[in-house]
Amino acid sequence: MKPPPFDYVAPSSVSDATQALREHGEDAKVLAGGQSLIPLLSLRLARPTVLVDLNRVTELTGVTVDDAAGTTTIGAMTRHRTLERDREIARTVPLLTAAAPYIGHIAIRSRGTIGGSLSHADPAAELPAIAVALDATIVTTTREIAASEFFDGYFTTALASDEIVTAVRFPVAAPGTKATVKEVARRHGDFAMVAVAAQRSPDGDARISLINVADRPVRAREAEAALRDGASIEDAAELATRDLDPVSDLHATAAYRRAVAKTLVKRALAEVAA
Amino acid sequence: MNVELTVNGAARSGDTEPRKTLADFLREDLGLTGTHLGCEHGVCGACTVLVDGEPVRSCLMLAVQASGASITTIEGLAADGDLNPLQQAMRESHGFQCGFCTPGFLMQATALLAENPKATEAEIREVLSGNLCRCTGYETIVNGVLRATGVEVTTHG
Repeated sequence: MKPPPFDYVAPSSVSDATQALREHGEDAKVLAGGQSLIPLLSLRLARPTVLVDLNRVTELTGVTVDDAAGTTTIGAMTRHRTLERDREIARTVPLLTAAAPYIGHIAIRSRGTIGGSLSHADPAAELPAIAVALDATIVTTTREIAASEFFDGYFTTALASDEIVTAVRFPVAAPGTKATVKEVARRHGDFAMVAVAAQRSPDGDARISLINVADRPVRAREAEAALRDGASIEDAAELATRDLDPVSDLHATAAYRRAVAKTLVKRALAEVAA
Repeated sequence: MNVELTVNGAARSGDTEPRKTLADFLREDLGLTGTHLGCEHGVCGACTVLVDGEPVRSCLMLAVQASGASITTIEGLAADGDLNPLQQAMRESHGFQCGFCTPGFLMQATALLAENPKATEAEIREVLSGNLCRCTGYETIVNGVLRATGVEVTTHG
């Protein structure tokens, strides 16, 4: 249970990090919070020859709210603990505040980062689903990518091998917006067996995103539109889950996952109802 | 690579491979074997230490990443060999049996009490949920931390 040997660089700027990735090509791997990558190294499931550590790149941390533009921009190396505790995030992106306590345990959240979670693209993780639900923009070293275009499947994203997520930009929630995350996991702090993120705004806008029911986050757009038109919670939950085709595994059958998803959508919508 | 850091208030340094975890560095290079390694992949919480005041799994951090940081380990709790109030409360509650998980629980609880000295039982259970114990059934551990908040706890047996 020890990581295999690798070379290690800890650049202090994004440009130096990009340069290091270009030099070492496909064999290099970016180290963000390390809460998924280091276990993969210890289990020898990943064997990069070079780790490019972003933890000394101070320009990648921080939360910037621009009320005039209606955006909250969160640096890629911002820790989950900051998502959990930051008051400006609670005010402007309450769905992140609701999701943070479900990410692992506190000692994991001390290190784990938003950019790392999105880049890792685990379909059981919360933050990718939040980004998709809120139409976040993922800012990288070369471009901006809509969250809906970012996730390509299991642990796969639109990122090129020398491209780094630098920030995530969220729209500021309208005052009075209610947000919640509902989750079923085998044990508290485990990855979700199934989870649902939901948000309602006073103007009727509805957002629903489902976690771990496919190879990437699933946005329930049909149900969102129905809710805007006044559909009942029961009908919205049916719309959100009727076409799901989740996998069966050791922990749950597909039918069970679908049933849990529907129940969680109902609970979430009841909680965020006006 | 050279690592220079502060451990329990003292400046320490060592030369290490990049792949060495902070946990192994503390134990093997600095001789601080109070930090225990259970699962070595971030599940059990036994290796929890404080890095700049925040609880961290030391098996999920590389030693080279800790350069410049201030680390607190279980060895840093008992000043001059006297148990600190949390340790004393844990002892009075019989909060351990084999003791393997104890350093991780105590460091996690230390972080909690530093932020919230009057944590409730529910808050304590939430925070300690990331640490595994295979002996006690957790009740005496929760009671120990609760006792450290100043709550009177009746100990059975």
